[in-house]
Amino acid sequence: MATLYIDNKPYEVKAGKNLLETCLGLGLDLPYFCWHPSLGSVGACRQCAIKVFKDETDTRGRIVMACMEPVADKQRISIAHPDAVEFRANVIESLMTNHPHDCAVCDEGGSCHLQDMTVMSGHNYRRFRYNKRTFQNQDLGPFINHEMNRCITCYRCVRFYRDYAGGRDLNAFASRSNVYFGREEDGPLESEFSGNLAEICPTGVFTDKTLKEHYTRKWDLTMAPSVCQHCSLGCNTIAGERYGELRMIANRYNGEVNGYFLCDRGRFGYEFTNSDLRIRQPFISKFPVTKQQVLAEVATDIKKGKVIGIGSPRASLQSNFALKQLVGADRFFHGVSDNDHNIADLIVKILKEGPIRVASMHDVQQADAVLILGEDLTNTAPMLALAVRQAVKQQPMKKLAKANIPAWHDAAAKELLQDEKGPLFIASINTTKLDDVATATYHAAPDDIARFGFAIASCLDRSVPSVSNLPGELQSLAQRIADALSNAERPVIISGASSQTQSVIRAAANVAWALHKKNKNTGLAYTLAECNSMGLALMGGHRLNSAFDAVMNGHADTVIVMENDLYRHGKAADVDAFLNKAKKVIVFDHIVHRTVEKAHVVLPAGAFSESDGIVVNNEGRAQRYFQVYECHEPIQESWRWIVDISKFENNVGMGWEHFEGLTRTIAEAEPLLRDINRVSPPASYRIAGQKIPREPHRYSGRTAMLANINVSEPKPPVDPDSPLSYTMEGYKGLPPSSAIPFFWTPGWNSVQSVNKYQEEIGGSLKGGDPGIRLIEPNLKSTLSYFTELPEPFVPMKDHLWTVPLFHIFGSEELSVLGDAVAKRAPQHYIMINALDAAEQKLSENQELAFDVEGQLYRLPVKISTTLPKGLAGLPYGLPGLPNVELPAWLIYKK
Amino acid sequence: MSLVQKIIKRYPEGRHKSALLPILHVAQAEFGGWLSPETMDYVASILNIKPIEVYEVASFYSMYNLQPVGKCVLEVCQTGPCWLRGSDDIIQYISNKLGIQPGETSADGMFTLKVVECLASCGSAPMMQVGNNFIENLSVEKMDDVLKKLRETHNVPSPDYGSPYPVNKA
Ligand code: SF4
Ligand code: SF4
Ligand code: FES
Ligand code: FES
Repeated sequence: MATLYIDNKPYEVKAGKNLLETCLGLGLDLPYFCWHPSLGSVGACRQCAIKVFKDETDTRGRIVMACMEPVADKQRISIAHPDAVEFRANVIESLMTNHPHDCAVCDEGGSCHLQDMTVMSGHNYRRFRYNKRTFQNQDLGPFINHEMNRCITCYRCVRFYRDYAGGRDLNAFASRSNVYFGREEDGPLESEFSGNLAEICPTGVFTDKTLKEHYTRKWDLTMAPSVCQHCSLGCNTIAGERYGELRMIANRYNGEVNGYFLCDRGRFGYEFTNSDLRIRQPFISKFPVTKQQVLAEVATDIKKGKVIGIGSPRASLQSNFALKQLVGADRFFHGVSDNDHNIADLIVKILKEGPIRVASMHDVQQADAVLILGEDLTNTAPMLALAVRQAVKQQPMKKLAKANIPAWHDAAAKELLQDEKGPLFIASINTTKLDDVATATYHAAPDDIARFGFAIASCLDRSVPSVSNLPGELQSLAQRIADALSNAERPVIISGASSQTQSVIRAAANVAWALHKKNKNTGLAYTLAECNSMGLALMGGHRLNSAFDAVMNGHADTVIVMENDLYRHGKAADVDAFLNKAKKVIVFDHIVHRTVEKAHVVLPAGAFSESDGIVVNNEGRAQRYFQVYECHEPIQESWRWIVDISKFENNVGMGWEHFEGLTRTIAEAEPLLRDINRVSPPASYRIAGQKIPREPHRYSGRTAMLANINVSEPKPPVDPDSPLSYTMEGYKGLPPSSAIPFFWTPGWNSVQSVNKYQEEIGGSLKGGDPGIRLIEPNLKSTLSYFTELPEPFVPMKDHLWTVPLFHIFGSEELSVLGDAVAKRAPQHYIMINALDAAEQKLSENQELAFDVEGQLYRLPVKISTTLPKGLAGLPYGLPGLPNVELPAWLIYKK
Repeated sequence: MSLVQKIIKRYPEGRHKSALLPILHVAQAEFGGWLSPETMDYVASILNIKPIEVYEVASFYSMYNLQPVGKCVLEVCQTGPCWLRGSDDIIQYISNKLGIQPGETSADGMFTLKVVECLASCGSAPMMQVGNNFIENLSVEKMDDVLKKLRETHNVPSPDYGSPYPVNKA
């Protein structure tokens, strides 16, 4: 700790940080542009000038950039000194000379860091009388809008895009007052993290293009804390609505999970909620009916029929549990393929019974050696890939301490480290977008990846079964990896469900456990298939094939499918047979898909933005998303439909009415979920007697926006499920960390206001990062190593071992139904190795007919030199591409 | 090309991108005094980097011309000291006289006017650079004369367009 005097007032502060973050952390206002907590300081914009004094007697002091100076004990500084104030006013005035002052037509207006800093620095009148420079903008694809005239050349965009996220196609061009930030020519930004530019850029140069499609000032949005639904990481988001339509997803800081960023699938995937495919009313035999009619129908079906319920890895714990309670535990099935089911169970077992604490994304970022087994993270768990990209900087950063350079001093750190990279090893099926920062990579069939993992584990600990006849160079690579992992302070092993092969997951556990014997700081992380795969696995339920059997054997005749397209989890022929055999198929969902088309009864469920629910991410962290806006009648959460049905049937109900009662019931009934009560504050929670407003106090048009329908202002809806109100009235201070609908503090209208919500800049939110971890390791674990070593992969003549290949844009069911994400999704293809292609005399794009597990395909060939020989890659989950359980053999059809 | 290889060899393996600046000079001299996108792509292929990495560097420095230039490029300094001594009048004068704005080339293909930042000859401000030479202590009165002389001496473009690396055309 150090004592710092700011304008003669003493503060106890942490030593070693820079003065800018220290001042901001104390809640003081000091303007800045080029600094960002995750990018560090470069001292380029000169906006954060303050005065530093030698001692008490020094009255003149000298101007320094607060972001470039470390805190020193007993140091005296001034933010308010007239020289510093004048300096900052001059800086902003010159930064603004070329700015178009077009706030009124700028998407950033009203939530703009440049506006805030201009006001804060006191620049009111323009004196510069010359022409402003103007630029041509570029078409940067469906996600990001470009308006270069607004640039103040802080360089944050390229520092984020290139240095932080590893993008190559955004650059700074030209010099002086003509600096241009863009691509070499029009075209979509290649990085999977491009959407963050909208938040990183302090001006309106880069803005959210999907928001522009239905633009609303950010202060006119009704917002609620939400959780991304598009992969298993559960990044925290803010979701904003106007006129009954979801219009924006923005980052919601969570120090343990996603930090300041989101991936583009998470940010832009929300458009599905407004899609034409939305189910907006109940249907019986494809005819629209009223709520009462559908309730009567379903209640009778349930009374008469032998009912089973199929849950979903993309539905909340609440909805899954309500269904389980409705049909009975032994009639509840997880709606995932048996392989996915087994994999999720295996992962839970490893994490619960093993000795290693699951690594959060924050832990991964801090890791100083990383091994990835079998995952193409950028496409399966994108933000985890971004975390790994930061982890490779950890080992080299150790040099900084020796050279006396603080880690935040980005300019000096870059100079010293010269792009040096720490140990990252990737064993994957094909190349990944992290290969450019990897120390070594190995591309092989899943079973060979598993064998390689076993080999690494046995280098670490001789009691792990060793792998015989591994090629010499692989054996030495395994040794090299084992050494690098042993030498690290905080090594992390990452694997997951996407190779759909249990042996890979076991291999990762073996490596982590072997390492753990030497180093208790070892971390282990698995990705799963969907946003609540983990939650579902923690809640008991049967396998999908047993559900199929139950109907085929006549044990059940009425099927309730909840928020699930079975065609994504089972083979088409099986699902067809199952749905045809069932007497009654009742589906709850928000979107039309093949299962809905086969249903007799359809009930419109709320999408995540219209629902309250809890999902559990890959870390075992239970997180709540709040309803953003009252949904249009009769849409409601599946769990609310279920309580309505139960009341209709026998007037008994389920024993709970609202979110809270339901959550309490789950906590009591499900031992692994008993802590979910603590995820969010109760509905009765008030601060100073007030609710937490979903709308900023500047919200406008409340009376006028519906005046075409009714001139008197409608009564705001009441929220029985949370302490959030649907209005702008309520407590104006900081809400509890798990219930932050938007970030705002006086003078800070942009996302940068998050500084004031944090315990310490870049650290956890005040009151702790949101979410409750449900899985803690068993420190006294007696689990012994897995011994099931798979056989090496041997190619088979006239066959190819087909594995799934994932696409950030395309493989996930919901996001690809939005326009922007759909534009980035690939066409159908089958990828094969060049040697196999030559053998079969196939050329690029030539159509190949083949059969996998009885499923026929006819797809254009994509030839690869990196996919191992003997394998074929089938893109996972693309719309219109039939699902089949992989890996499996492909047989050529002549 | 041997010159290019020699330049590349000055830098350690894996850091060949460092050779970019001198090679761009050579390329500019070799390909008519300016860097077309094709020329820059070619340089990128020599150094095995992405074209965009060449564009960002080439567009930063005023020494590289991204448009075709005239036989004689007038690079007038516009930084503080030169400006105090009347560089803007000089620029204005040339501009009027030749009918071109900074960045443009006269219709006869003789002169290109560029404005640049301090060339470290502030003591003899205002000044401009033409090829490898400085012309110093300029004044509006002298300009007619200066331009006339340049028209004579630069009628044939200098073989190296001011490149610090002599190019052997033979
Ligand atoms: S585009 Fe935005 S982030 Fe990039 S330099 Fe300009 S103002 Fe800064
Ligand atoms: S990484 Fe996953 S959870 Fe995070 S924003 Fe992207 S899709 Fe959503
Ligand atoms: S924020 Fe300190 S110089 Fe830019
Ligand atoms: S200011 Fe013109 S040479 Fe320095």
